[in-house]
Amino acid sequence: MELIPLAAGAESLAAHRQRLGPLPTLPSGQLIAELEASGLLGRGGGGFPVGRKWRAVAERSSGGTVVLANGAEGEPLSLKDRSLMAGRPHLVIDGALLAARAVGADNIIFYVGVEHRAAEAALRHALAERTADLRGHARIATAPAGYVSGEESAAVHFVSAGDARPTTTPPRPFERGVGGRPTLVQNVESLAMAALIARRGHAWYQGLGYGRARGIGLLTVSGAVNHAGVREVELGSTLGDAAAAAGGLKGDVGAVLLGGYFGGWADVEEQWGLPLDAHSMRARGLALGCGVVHFLPAHTCGVEASARIMTYLASQSARQCGPCVFGLAAIADASRRLAATSPLADDLERIVRWSGQLTGRGACRHPDGAVALLQSALQIFADDFAAHQRRRCLTISEPARVAVA
Amino acid sequence: MSETLHIDRIRCDGHGICAELLPELIRLDDWGYPIIKAGTIPPNLIEHARRAVDACPVLALRLVSMTAVTPNR
Repeated sequence: MELIPLAAGAESLAAHRQRLGPLPTLPSGQLIAELEASGLLGRGGGGFPVGRKWRAVAERSSGGTVVLANGAEGEPLSLKDRSLMAGRPHLVIDGALLAARAVGADNIIFYVGVEHRAAEAALRHALAERTADLRGHARIATAPAGYVSGEESAAVHFVSAGDARPTTTPPRPFERGVGGRPTLVQNVESLAMAALIARRGHAWYQGLGYGRARGIGLLTVSGAVNHAGVREVELGSTLGDAAAAAGGLKGDVGAVLLGGYFGGWADVEEQWGLPLDAHSMRARGLALGCGVVHFLPAHTCGVEASARIMTYLASQSARQCGPCVFGLAAIADASRRLAATSPLADDLERIVRWSGQLTGRGACRHPDGAVALLQSALQIFADDFAAHQRRRCLTISEPARVAVA
Repeated sequence: MSETLHIDRIRCDGHGICAELLPELIRLDDWGYPIIKAGTIPPNLIEHARRAVDACPVLALRLVSMTAVTPNR
């Protein structure tokens, strides 16, 4: 296991160095070329190529850029970033140090969710062990709770001005970020992977993975499985493999939420052989996102589960952009009425229409992600939504188990 | 030069004047916020688009020349 420690607790600097050796000292151009050749994609949700992102910042750098290691992980069903920081803090620090050298940064900020206590403690302890490497150029910023706090412009805004709400882009962070300087915002798992690729080369990473997928990654598997938790898999492992890695399915399962609340619902039977990697999933209209795999028990109503998610996402709007504030609230209200089998006459018709109207109409992609989830729900639970509009539920229902904050 | 309309969604308060001045390209959603037709502005509408931009009371609407694609996340 490269990213998940075998022993409990945080890996010490000594254990980390014994396992992986010292931090390599590749020239900046060579390191970026290695990352590009590896094909490593970002793990925060967007899946943007890591090497290309580093190059974009490096090209704008005249020194004095900033690396923002993003471990805010606001996704309620995701645990992988906090687990990684809590277990292998030095690997994350390695990645941030390499990124700083590659893009000419003299300032590293580790952005960690306020509720991720173990991760912050591990990182703080690890930073204290690395004072020689870091020479006072790194610090931790505590991200306020909330779904959008980890959005990259929100992260930059918080570090610059104490306000974790997204800002209008362009300029994007790689152009003008923290304190007006070009800023590399990179998810902590992506940084950890970069630190491994820097040591072992792109061929090592390319040698991992199934089918056309390359590399390894972290998933958070939850819901109707026997052993929920964070799992490290070779990319291209199937949905069935992910279920097996979590001890197998528990009871009957109809649907699975892939990629988190900005991802989408899928039919378990239909997608059992789906390779879990960004390209394969995109080809099927799905998204790996931040690696969430949540199995919905068959006795849980999909309309109810989706209404809870929409309600949560509406509550997490940064309340800056009208279409997001009013649109998501209206969708959440109508979804809840539908879930309770007491809809207004045209509630289903309206959420179908609204689900097609909000994409691209916020400063950040919060409304885009929310309606993508809704659209998948309308497709996968089509019969259920239609029945609920007729005031009937097709599920012998227990309360939905999708955990929402 | 091809131009598109861009809205600063944080500034926009949904006054709706843009949709009145440029109904060919802008309509309003159920809450009064503009929905812009995708694509570049046809030459015959450029003048109207400029007028809509100038009329926005919160300066949320502007014309932008097409720019290169940039990395997002």
